[in-house]
Amino acid sequence: MVQEKLNLILLTGRTIEQGVGKESGKGTKLYFDSTTMCYMDIIDMNKLGLRNNEHILVTTQEGSVVLRAVKHPRGAMPGMIYIPYGPWANAICSSETTSIGMPSFKGTPVEVKPAPDQPILTLEELLRKEFGR
Amino acid sequence: MPKINAVTCPVCGCLCDDIELTVADNVVQQVKNGCAMCEAKFFSHNNDHRLKTPLIRKDGTLVPTTYDEAIKKSAEILAKANYPILYGWSSTDCEAQRVGVELAEEVGGVLDNTAVVCHGPSILSVQEVGIPTCTLGQIRHRADLLIYWGCNPWSAHPRHLERYTAFTDGRFEGSEWKSYINKVKAAAGRKKIRSLERKGVLKHKLEHPAPSVSDNKPPEILKKKGRKLIVVDVRKSMTAEMADYFLQVKPGKDYELIQTIRALVRDQELDVDEVAGVPVEYLQQLVDAMITAEFGAVFFGMGLTQSAGKFRNIDVAISLIRDLNMRTKFAILPMRGHFNVTGANTVFTWQSGYPYAVDFSLGYPRYNPGETTVVDILQREESDAGLVIASDPASNFPRKAVEHLVKNPLIVIDPHMNATSLIGDIVFPSEIVGIEKEGTAYRMDHVPLPLKKVVDPPKGLLSDEEILRRILKEVRKIKLKKMVVA
Repeated sequence: MVQEKLNLILLTGRTIEQGVGKESGKGTKLYFDSTTMCYMDIIDMNKLGLRNNEHILVTTQEGSVVLRAVKHPRGAMPGMIYIPYGPWANAICSSETTSIGMPSFKGTPVEVKPAPDQPILTLEELLRKEFGR
Repeated sequence: MPKINAVTCPVCGCLCDDIELTVADNVVQQVKNGCAMCEAKFFSHNNDHRLKTPLIRKDGTLVPTTYDEAIKKSAEILAKANYPILYGWSSTDCEAQRVGVELAEEVGGVLDNTAVVCHGPSILSVQEVGIPTCTLGQIRHRADLLIYWGCNPWSAHPRHLERYTAFTDGRFEGSEWKSYINKVKAAAGRKKIRSLERKGVLKHKLEHPAPSVSDNKPPEILKKKGRKLIVVDVRKSMTAEMADYFLQVKPGKDYELIQTIRALVRDQELDVDEVAGVPVEYLQQLVDAMITAEFGAVFFGMGLTQSAGKFRNIDVAISLIRDLNMRTKFAILPMRGHFNVTGANTVFTWQSGYPYAVDFSLGYPRYNPGETTVVDILQREESDAGLVIASDPASNFPRKAVEHLVKNPLIVIDPHMNATSLIGDIVFPSEIVGIEKEGTAYRMDHVPLPLKKVVDPPKGLLSDEEILRRILKEVRKIKLKKMVVA
């Protein structure tokens, strides 16, 4: 049965596409495409009735962001989602530094819902929404 | 077309110094030996995302201005501020970082670098327990057991395996490249079979179960001699795919897994069968492989520093290496991200005594991570101005921290347009260090390497070092004027 939402764990990190994108320029399409995606396990995607590249709304205590769900290409990672580093991932990452200066970029609990009708914000739109600039 | 040899790549902490460039008409035409990121960086000097003139925010929008005007305004902001933050520094040369320390001291600000959201916890642990380490050259020639824990060099340091570890021909240890090629060929064969099955060419369809979490059973190869590659991660990354053994740990359970391995290395009995999703029996086999290795090296990344436990994870990882050194020889190295983040820590340490999060507000350097770290200062809303150089905190800090950065005047120095320059108040374009300006950078194993200038910068552009020097000069002028008036 298709579920309406799932509670998962957020991991953020590097991918080679994000790396090439950041070096080419943060305004490039490659950077946008590689940082607005979200790797999910196929089992979790099936639970939400998601197909590759469909939009999802990822929500944490910090806020929410629309991203593109992509099937994790290797092995299984049930219960986790993986978003490459970038402004979109950081819009929802936990800012808890546990008093040592390092925010919790890995291990934040998230809620994932399908969002077929919601668009992914561009970098300019995201900055305007988050910081008014 | 002229070729330039032995260029150092200014992208990641590997600082590969064997890049060959073909340059014509002051444009990099071809990049040889580099990875995909290296190529993208060398080609980026000529793309549309370069900042071409200084910008200043007027009525909510960024408009072009001159360097003189931007420097004057920046100096006014910094001289007036009570508690400015000066953040970034990891993608520029040591020469600019040195001026940065002088500027931070002059304005009584907080000097912090990107290590704070990267290997800051590793630095804290090294300060507590020390670090048994070595250079990458030693690993290349001698290491027969290579462990990547919580890092994915295939994505973040693409040539690390090829230049320094498993896929390099060292003097005493050979490359495992061929065995990797065989693995890739086998995977391609399996893919082909599946494709033929889908098309109905093959009559007997084989069963393909959905991928499952690794059972973590160590393969026979761990018992054999020769170079071995082990990857420990929460998901099967590309590096894990290449490894001889992939250990899939449950998220946030690294601490207990490493402590268990430590107990096994010390021959202690355990009264549990499984730790962090891994049967103890398998861990014993892993420990046997570690102890029988002649020289092992552990590399760790954000999987340890950013997940639950943070610097405590590194504490135990380093302690594990200490324990292993009672039985055989082992070394541990952090996988530093930016090409000169190690340099930033080194320069800050010679100048102020502390590697990052240095607070000059009392007139002398103070260091208290958690209090003087930039993310905490921003979240407590304490700073009243910001200077960001050679980094992009608007992309890489949590939203709450960036919110306060935007509330106050923000000066940005960067060669390219990025999220931080889009929200900045004064934006300086600069020369790209390692392409348009020579300098010094430190590799992840603390080896300093020279960066080359391979093309001329666009006309009129200044280097990071020059911009900082001019701001510093202007700040001193303003302060002197105030003193004279007083």
